Amino acid sequence: MRLSPFSTLVSLALVIGLMASLAGRAHSATDPDQTKYAVGAVKSDFLYLDAQTRAMQKDVFGNPGFLWVGKGKAAWSVAEGTAGKSCSSCHNAAETSMKGVAATYPKFDPKLGRVVDLEEKINEMRTDQMGAPALKWESDPLLSMTTYLGNLSQDMPVAVATSGAAHATWLQGQAYYNERRGQLNMSCVQCHGVHLDQKLRSETLDRGLTNGFPTYRLAWQSIGSTQRRFRECEQQIRAEPRPYGSKEYVALELYVASIGNGLPVETPAVRK
Amino acid sequence: MANATTRLLVPSTAKKGDIIEIKSLISHPMDSGYAKDASGKVIPREIINTFVCTYNGAQVFKMDLNPAISSNPFISFDVKVDKSGTFDFAWTDDNGTVYKDQAPITVS
Repeated sequence: MRLSPFSTLVSLALVIGLMASLAGRAHSATDPDQTKYAVGAVKSDFLYLDAQTRAMQKDVFGNPGFLWVGKGKAAWSVAEGTAGKSCSSCHNAAETSMKGVAATYPKFDPKLGRVVDLEEKINEMRTDQMGAPALKWESDPLLSMTTYLGNLSQDMPVAVATSGAAHATWLQGQAYYNERRGQLNMSCVQCHGVHLDQKLRSETLDRGLTNGFPTYRLAWQSIGSTQRRFRECEQQIRAEPRPYGSKEYVALELYVASIGNGLPVETPAVRK
Repeated sequence: MANATTRLLVPSTAKKGDIIEIKSLISHPMDSGYAKDASGKVIPREIINTFVCTYNGAQVFKMDLNPAISSNPFISFDVKVDKSGTFDFAWTDDNGTVYKDQAPITVS
């Protein structure tokens, strides 16, 4: 069969058109990350990262946060304090006993009668059960332990309780989230809710969620806790940051975690 | 910084003549000597200045590191393997400490 030049041109155009539409569909079609890292309209901050940073987080070797996971794992079975006990003396293998635990923090602690975050819980265990001194906030040993415990809940859904005994604290956190403060007179919700997905200079505003904390931030060149990030946010709006472990921050941690309820735990996440 | 943690990713087995990828990571602050601490004092320079990898005693990779390299340096490179043996890694700190690690490989 001999084709006229015109019909060849037409079929060529059709083929190109078909290829273009296929390519377009392939591009927008199901990227597994889009479903994994989103619950309804709430997208994890992971989806705001560029491809390189996403790959860095997923690479178990290239993700520097795993240095702290390793240090936490080593510390789990080291005995400390006057009781001569280590974490593993009571909790045995962390891989089974601590799986999914970090995903439920901050949580109401019946013994202390208030909501505590993971850092406070670890320190409570150290002072009460092990007779060891509390670890300093943002110190390497505490970050290692929180990162290790967080990593044991990796890919499990964040599940903090907002009702019951924790409800009053959750409401305090919500009020703090919506309250304007600092010289710039800004609240958390203005960037991370009202102007979500808009640009702040070159950055796209994300939800500011905590499902990846402790997080390795490239800007810090280190892993850091949720409260370190809160302090930095407050500095950026020119408010006076609160001290580590303040009750306002614990309440805020609970509220922000509850926004991300259902998202997978990403600890140790990599963020810009 | 005497307690630097190192991590290695070396395939445990390979075929003769294969080109394998080696990944290495060390936890180190890489203080450039230009930064200041909270009280305004200069943090003295302390970086990993040299990284060497030897394969059965022969040097296969060497790298000089400079102050602009970020903390926790991650170094990855390819090596052609021809016989079983050991990869030895050494990171030299400005303060003279040498952090060492090694990984075996079986080549068939």
